[in-house]
Amino acid sequence: MAEQIVFFIFTILVLGGGIGIISTKNLYYSALFLSMTLSGMAGYFVLLNAGFLAAVQVVVYVGAIAILILFAIMLSRRMMTSSEPQTNRQTWLAAIVSPLLFIAILVLVLQVNWPVSSAAPTGDALILLGMSFLGSYVIPFEVISVLLLVALVGAIILARDTHTDTGREQ
Amino acid sequence: MTAIPLSWWVSVATALFVIGLYATLTRKNAIAVLIGLELMLNSANINFVAFNRYTTPNQVGGQIFAVFVIAIAAAEAAVALAIIIATYRRSATVDVEDIDSMKF
Amino acid sequence: MEQLINWLANILENTSWWGLPADVSAAVIVWSVYGFILALVVAPMAMIVLTWLERKIIARIQDRIGPNRAGPFGLLQAVADAIKMLTKEDTTPAGADRVPFNIGPGLAAVAAILIYAVIPVAPGIVGTDLNIGIFYIVAVGSFGVLGILMAGWSSNNKYALLGAFRAVSQLVSYEIPMVLSLITIAVVAGSMSTVTIVDKQSWVNGGWYLIAMPVTFLLFFLSSVAEVGRSPFDLLEADSEIVAGFHVEYSGLKFGLFMIAEYVHALAVAALTATLFLGGWHGPFVTQLTASSPVAGAILGHIYFLLKVGVIVFILMWFRGTLPRFRIDQLLDFGWKFMTPVALLNLLVTAFVVKLFQPGVSTGMGYAISAGPLASFGGVGQTIALLIANLLVAFLVSLAVRAFARRSKAQALRAVAAVEN
Repeated sequence: MAEQIVFFIFTILVLGGGIGIISTKNLYYSALFLSMTLSGMAGYFVLLNAGFLAAVQVVVYVGAIAILILFAIMLSRRMMTSSEPQTNRQTWLAAIVSPLLFIAILVLVLQVNWPVSSAAPTGDALILLGMSFLGSYVIPFEVISVLLLVALVGAIILARDTHTDTGREQ
Repeated sequence: MTAIPLSWWVSVATALFVIGLYATLTRKNAIAVLIGLELMLNSANINFVAFNRYTTPNQVGGQIFAVFVIAIAAAEAAVALAIIIATYRRSATVDVEDIDSMKF
Repeated sequence: MEQLINWLANILENTSWWGLPADVSAAVIVWSVYGFILALVVAPMAMIVLTWLERKIIARIQDRIGPNRAGPFGLLQAVADAIKMLTKEDTTPAGADRVPFNIGPGLAAVAAILIYAVIPVAPGIVGTDLNIGIFYIVAVGSFGVLGILMAGWSSNNKYALLGAFRAVSQLVSYEIPMVLSLITIAVVAGSMSTVTIVDKQSWVNGGWYLIAMPVTFLLFFLSSVAEVGRSPFDLLEADSEIVAGFHVEYSGLKFGLFMIAEYVHALAVAALTATLFLGGWHGPFVTQLTASSPVAGAILGHIYFLLKVGVIVFILMWFRGTLPRFRIDQLLDFGWKFMTPVALLNLLVTAFVVKLFQPGVSTGMGYAISAGPLASFGGVGQTIALLIANLLVAFLVSLAVRAFARRSKAQALRAVAAVEN
């Protein structure tokens, strides 16, 4: 019972943030709602017995991605004050298609009888995670680290100001 | 033992995915599109971790995939925002409909 | 009392997701609740003591007397300040974004207070012993950054916005060496749990990490001082440059919340440094006393812990009283071009040494680690080897810095010569 209440609280955070993102016109609010959704997701991970993932979620998503998005919004803030509508011509089409897709996926997914195991998790998931990262998943792990390095270098090169001589804007 | 059925998680993940899809499809601003993409990636993460917890509670494959998704999302956000900032500097717009030239 | 404890135990037992061990005994519950109370009440109240202490110490450093009107030795000065803050008018600027403007300070304060949940103050007394303890500390810090960004943007003030920009670039930059030094500790301790880290620092297991890893200590301490935004890294609220940074538009209680966030975070950093490097509650006779009487051991643990925290707090104030402020470009250069590479090198060297001294582990969980070649030397041997490795890193770094300084000096001289000719 307690778990269900906690689940509902986090659902309010996650879906409330999501609805906030699509309903607000202000991009800055969108980014704040995004960080609300992401924090709720961290709560979900705690409920799902994935404490490490919850911390990763907060560090990477809230602490890096949401902050980065807010930063980008602030850097390009003339865009924010524009009074023109923030949505494009596909709005009505999307407003019809998205709920239909939601219903379609839900109907399909709820029909399936998933092979749910009732076993309680034993042992420390953190140890298992560490052993898997350096065991069966070691190659994806290394590839991801290379990917992150490439993305880091690429982002710096892309964002560097080549037009102005000193890069005053930075 | 757990009081929350798997279908709840799946429903929430679907709802979040559709919200993200709607944001991606309808927004003009490139940063808002990126926010929609992040929502969709997160809904995938809910499914990964929920199915991991409910079908194989003593393995962590789903969690590992979620970590990979988060890492890729971070890389993607960094590169995408760098592109958005560079575009904004050159053409003073972040409207995805106005960014239609292939070279500057 | 017995009934109360049972009632509490019942509530907590039925909620496995609280992160408590499965076999909850009444004693564990009581200590945990005590730890929570300590985290939530005592830590914020410590701010009142800290402000008084800071003003007094800085006054002494600057050859002044400091506050001495309110109460004996000015002890009630902080209380008077708090009353003043509470009774001031709570203003909101005209163009402010109201909701984020009001959430910002709360988020900053909460992020600072949450750190205390994982700090063990005495044997067995800790809010909650998370297995991801030090990673959790990094995670809750993110919310503080978010609060600062919200405050800076919503104030509709250019100084606030500049302050927020500075704050975020500083905090994000210094998070990297801090996390790298935390990883170094996790590698040596073999765990991220703060309780285990303290346990590993008993003299049997090799002693304080300050002795084993002085370079890591410096990296962690400096980057966490930058993380709190205290002098000499107080760029985010440099009053001579950007008035007061992100909280320039705040007044009354909300300003007070930012002050609480700053002091509580500073105290948390001190407590964290004491936990991770100074052996936490370890000290003479604590273990023996705890074995015979847990309460007496806990009291002694508290005393040792508070002493260590006090030393660190004094060093923080000493910094503030004596060091000039960095410039923003120097600050970022220092973080990215000095601290981060040194932290990476240090992590590599430490991991190598730890692997040599790795004791063999095999548990029933389907994995085993074979023992390293020098495992027979034990914890003390590892401490000595780590110390030597750290000194080596420090020596290499000083060589590199010297070479760099000479080169840039020669460059500067050449430039001067070119101008003169």
